[in-house]
Amino acid sequence: MTIDLEMAEIAKVFFQESREGLDVMESGLLSLGATADRENINTIFRAAHSIKGGSATFGFAEVAGFTHGVETLLDEMRNGVRPVTAEAIQTLLQACDCLREMIAATEAEQPLDQVRIASLNGDIKHILGEANEAPAPARAAGDEAAGTHAASEPGGWRVRFEPVADLLRLRNEPTRMFAELRRLGTMVAHADTSRLPLLDALDPESCYVSWNIDITAQIPRGKLDEVFDWVDSGCRLEFTPTGGSAPVAAAPGAAAQPQAAAGDAWSAETKAVSPNETKTVALAEAKAAAPADADRSAPGGAPAQKASGDSGSIRVATEKVDNIINLVGELLITQSMLSSFADGIDPNDLDRLRQGLSQLARNTRELQESVMQIRMLPISFAFNRFPRIVHDLSRKLAKKVELKLSGEGTELDKTVLEKISDPLVHLVRNALDHGLETPERRVAAGKHETGTLELAAFHEGGNIIIEVRDDGAGLNKAKILQKARERALVAPDQDLTDEQIDNLIFMPGFSTAEQISDVSGRGVGMDVVRRNINDLGGHVQIASKEGLGSTIRIRLPLTLAILDGQLVRVGKEIYIISLLAIVETIQVARERVNTLVGHTEVFRLRDEYLPVVKLCDQFGVEPDSRSAEDGLLVVLEADGKRVGVLVDDLLAQQQVVIKSLESNFKSVAGIAGATILGDGTVALIIDAPGLISSAAKQGVGAVAAHAA
Amino acid sequence: MSKKILAVDDSASMRQMVLFTLQGAGYEVVQACDGVEALELARQSAVDLVLTDVHMPRMDGITLVRELRGLLNYKFVPMLILTTESSQEKKMDGKRAGATGWIVKPFNPQQLLATVARVL
Repeated sequence: MTIDLEMAEIAKVFFQESREGLDVMESGLLSLGATADRENINTIFRAAHSIKGGSATFGFAEVAGFTHGVETLLDEMRNGVRPVTAEAIQTLLQACDCLREMIAATEAEQPLDQVRIASLNGDIKHILGEANEAPAPARAAGDEAAGTHAASEPGGWRVRFEPVADLLRLRNEPTRMFAELRRLGTMVAHADTSRLPLLDALDPESCYVSWNIDITAQIPRGKLDEVFDWVDSGCRLEFTPTGGSAPVAAAPGAAAQPQAAAGDAWSAETKAVSPNETKTVALAEAKAAAPADADRSAPGGAPAQKASGDSGSIRVATEKVDNIINLVGELLITQSMLSSFADGIDPNDLDRLRQGLSQLARNTRELQESVMQIRMLPISFAFNRFPRIVHDLSRKLAKKVELKLSGEGTELDKTVLEKISDPLVHLVRNALDHGLETPERRVAAGKHETGTLELAAFHEGGNIIIEVRDDGAGLNKAKILQKARERALVAPDQDLTDEQIDNLIFMPGFSTAEQISDVSGRGVGMDVVRRNINDLGGHVQIASKEGLGSTIRIRLPLTLAILDGQLVRVGKEIYIISLLAIVETIQVARERVNTLVGHTEVFRLRDEYLPVVKLCDQFGVEPDSRSAEDGLLVVLEADGKRVGVLVDDLLAQQQVVIKSLESNFKSVAGIAGATILGDGTVALIIDAPGLISSAAKQGVGAVAAHAA
Repeated sequence: MSKKILAVDDSASMRQMVLFTLQGAGYEVVQACDGVEALELARQSAVDLVLTDVHMPRMDGITLVRELRGLLNYKFVPMLILTTESSQEKKMDGKRAGATGWIVKPFNPQQLLATVARVL
């Protein structure tokens, strides 16, 4: 692999790391509002510094240039030179956004938004009070000027080098510097040992020697500066141009001459000193060698340390993981096939076969669980956006909000996580915009002027629950009901429970915001939120108390790859229904079933009429019986609607591996996917929300008419 | 035996770049992500050169150099700090803490190797 390719690989790490750095900066800046804590500013500064250093190293000059301003501002803040104002924090937050876009654009090799960059740069410069300065380029130009100044290169140089006594202690080996000088041209060094003390006063770690060095080479002064760069401070260093082969001894050259002569006179001493020098080096190496042995005895120490630095995580392409999950699914199917096969045969060996199979079952399940774990991510990935969103929104809406997050470590499938992010943002915006009141109204209502918004995640059963809670005004039930009646979403004389009224807000085309704001509330939204959640096999509902606030509760499956299913039989076919969608299963009494106009059957469950969906008609299979009282009615719920699904029999409940029908065959209405059962047959998985909404379309009018 | 270099930086991309460059040139490289971890590693085993970033969480590079110089085994080990051009002050801080020299950021792999070759 060439260096460039490898560097491009490492640049990817840089992009990822920069995004993480920006997250750190953002959350740091958001908490900076409350307390100007020094350690916090330091953390923010370091993140900016790393982005600057990395971008410069990987050749992203514009990112580096922009970050320089940010870094300077943060540096002044952490040194207490610059006050931490709300304005500065806001500008820095915008700079984070801008940087995030710059990094994305750089990674995608897209052009940068120069206007925005320039405008933010101006804002930062304004805060720094240097609107008309361009310090960095100015300095660079200065350096160049110095370089060109020395362009009239002499034929050689005489260098007088009197190092500080510490020279060797810092491991600045004069011999190495001499070697570098020798690379520049012909070099003769004369050691001046006149300051060498007597042996008993001699500190072997100190340097007492100075040098007069003659270099014959046409080189600019800058080359010499480079060689002596590290030892420049504190020592005496003089450079005198010489004429090289034609000695043009100017006045300073002449002044150096006697010293050089003295050096010549003592040149024999050079050898006497060098052994001394090598001895100290040898000493250091001997000491260094001892712990090298110790290292061998504790080899576990170093790698363990390294792992902890990387927080024990690996980056795996989702595609690869999906492949493994698929294979494990196949394994599961094989195992289940073997078990059903074992049920059929009956020799004496059966017990051992059963034993082996149960072991296989356990191993397979464990393997699957641990493979699924790879896809699991903590919900903090979704939650982390909210401090910023809440910060920005509350400023915009002039509301005071305290955001509380809990259960950030709760893990769920990566795909579920990605898809739940946007609905969550929508819910949070809604809560801020419509739920929480202005400080004045809150005080008037006898509440604290700062509202509370809570995001909580936790496990419940095999599901994950996410709750968005606010202590705002709650839903106005009278207004919701009125609006729902206006829009004919509810029959005029239909009685609804409080819970049912609240959940009307998830109906398409529903919005009670008095004024449409740019934050939320155009009447599209809550229904989309519910659809997205339903698409994930989840469920959402709201509970609200007027004046006290609302709680939106989202229930999601942990993963989309497997499902807890109820096997049902219709004739010879077996279908699978997600246990999440099943409310209850009942045997039907004839008198509770009514046939309505258009052959729609409805069923009275307590005081509710539910349309009956016959799977046999839906999928064109021959059932044991078409009559409802002979079969079982499985009550499904989605989107707040319920239907009764007529099946012949309930079979086992089991976890099934979901295979996409779309990618293996084609998309079929009413079917969410397929799976392979233990006996090798394919069973279709019922798309409960799809089935319900299509049944509701046909049936809701009829149900309403019947209820009337 | 190849020379062993301890590279300290809180940025994974910088560490990788340094690692890749130095390993490619035949050096053995151990890495640490901050001063505390570096000091721990340095105590456990000897290295021939320390390369450290300045700004790091827990313990910065200047403090690391000072701490290492205080260890008997590291009295004469060359130590280089990675610093940005603008911070002449940092270079001097580093020098006072006992650094041998510095590499100015940004640097490319060739510059890094040339600088390392100056002290190893």
